[in-house]
Amino acid sequence: MTKQSSLFKVDHEDFRDENPFMEIFRMYLKNYSAVLGLLVLLLIVFISLIGPFIYSVDPFEMVWLPFTHPGEQGFILGTDYLGRDLLAQIIHGGKVTLAVGCSAALLSVVIGITIGSLSGFYSGWIEELLMRITEFFQVLPTLLFSMVIVALFGASLPVITFAIGIVSWTAVARITRAEFLRIRELEYVTASRSVGARDIYLIMRVILPNALPPIVVQATLMVGSAILFEAGLSFLGLSDPNVMSWGAIMGNNRQYILQEGFVLMYPGMAIFMTVLAISLVGDGLNDSLNPKLRKR
Amino acid sequence: MQFISLTLKRVGFGVVLLLIVLILNFFLMHLAPGDIADTIAIDAGGADEEMMDAIRKDYGLDLPIWEQLLKYLAKVAVLDLGYSFYYNISVTDLILERLPATLLLVISAQLLAITVGVVLGVIAARNPQGITSHFVTVLALVGYSAPVFWTGIMLIILFSSILPIFPIGGLMDVSIEREGFAKMLDILHHLVLPSITLASIFVALYSRLARASMLDVLGSDYVRTAKAKGLSEFLVVYKHALRNALLPVVTMAGMVFSGVISGAVLVETVFSWPGLGTLAVQAILARDTPTILGILFFSSFVVVVANLLTDMLYRIIDPRIRTSND
Repeated sequence: MTKQSSLFKVDHEDFRDENPFMEIFRMYLKNYSAVLGLLVLLLIVFISLIGPFIYSVDPFEMVWLPFTHPGEQGFILGTDYLGRDLLAQIIHGGKVTLAVGCSAALLSVVIGITIGSLSGFYSGWIEELLMRITEFFQVLPTLLFSMVIVALFGASLPVITFAIGIVSWTAVARITRAEFLRIRELEYVTASRSVGARDIYLIMRVILPNALPPIVVQATLMVGSAILFEAGLSFLGLSDPNVMSWGAIMGNNRQYILQEGFVLMYPGMAIFMTVLAISLVGDGLNDSLNPKLRKR
Repeated sequence: MQFISLTLKRVGFGVVLLLIVLILNFFLMHLAPGDIADTIAIDAGGADEEMMDAIRKDYGLDLPIWEQLLKYLAKVAVLDLGYSFYYNISVTDLILERLPATLLLVISAQLLAITVGVVLGVIAARNPQGITSHFVTVLALVGYSAPVFWTGIMLIILFSSILPIFPIGGLMDVSIEREGFAKMLDILHHLVLPSITLASIFVALYSRLARASMLDVLGSDYVRTAKAKGLSEFLVVYKHALRNALLPVVTMAGMVFSGVISGAVLVETVFSWPGLGTLAVQAILARDTPTILGILFFSSFVVVVANLLTDMLYRIIDPRIRTSND
């Protein structure tokens, strides 16, 4: 690409009339399943943020008999094993699930980009050391390790977020490193190196912005897997007892699978729909950010 | 010869990884609030300062930290992972007792996921625009997005409650004494739902991978040669192409092993499967630290061994990389 532009004089004005973000957005809109995913996701975020104000039943309050079936007594989704309103629990649980998912994903993306970019930029002992650390975290059984951290340091939201983020960054690190290894050999990097750019400038301003597309896609998918991770921990009983989350609703009602399956079905459905919507958005971003790499 | 030295190098690296897990375990144990003396004091219903000191001295907690670390490592080297106060049994015995059930679940789920995944992937690759191909794409999305414990619960509701074909959980039916073949059949009957559940996360992954690598291989020269020789389509696909298309699947099977163990913890909990996962959850709720850390170490060990085995399997399938380094 750089070679071509040095051989042929390209009229850059042709490309300037559209903002690159608009172009990505236009590509994205062509993908119907990705648009559907985005709409569903926005709806879920909207319900989780605004819902508690509109449907103001306290999710912890016992409002009626346990296991009232959906639709009876005016409870749209019924009540749980303590007679608490399931719809209120799901509406309130969304906020916590989404917040933990996003912040844990953010943490893992920050760790992953740091380790991936350093190990891709430098060679020698730094690369060796960071690669070994990455391999170590790949061997570690992630869920068990997070369970240990939460069990030892207490089930509060910050600990849970940390426990998820600290074990989930290896995929981001691998992708970042692969991009850095590719880009650091390109001509424009050599060019800025030759005019005396320092390492930190090369990493942050020259290479990283060009490595971002696949990292953005991976970061989106990370939110989905962090939500699944949080749900798993809560399902096992390792959730903050002061807040409601979708996994915790399922964990609380776990013993009643055979008697009253619906209490377990709806919260699981909420997790499933959210992660599915995020995956669709991730796939859509992948196609619109890398139109050339579109899969067969 | 080089095969052996490479394998030794891998083993050495695995040992180093496990050593790091142990050191991490040790520091987690020390960073966590409360120690053995506190646990015993709470169990005994209270103890004075003097008695607490005596207990700490008994367990070597008054020694400098590096000395404690060395002692811990020396104990683990002879497979002594400590004593579980909750179960009143040594942690090693406890883990060895539960390990077979977990291995049975994990291995059967992996085999099921790989078989179904590869078959779907190959069918999809032979007709990239066909219905199976779209099915694989949808399956990949659903398999990734559904929480595995929810999948398990839905299967229980469908196949144990509405249609009572399979038991709702456990390793075997304890109400009837069975021996030999009948016992084996009973365990297999109990295994069906848990292994399908655990496999459901990974079928999609393998089928997508098998589809992509099969498409690559089917376009290569040697496949065209095989076709030109007049071999049947079936022989070309399943004898010539499949062997090469399997390579990425084998690599992936090794890479996701720690993920399989994580999934197994959740699946075991849903199906009350008496393996390491349910043990870990019980130990955590009972604050039984030696058992928790013992399981963490042991499952890392299983992952390292699985990685070594896939690495060797890979070299056996593909003679080209048998001797080259990485």
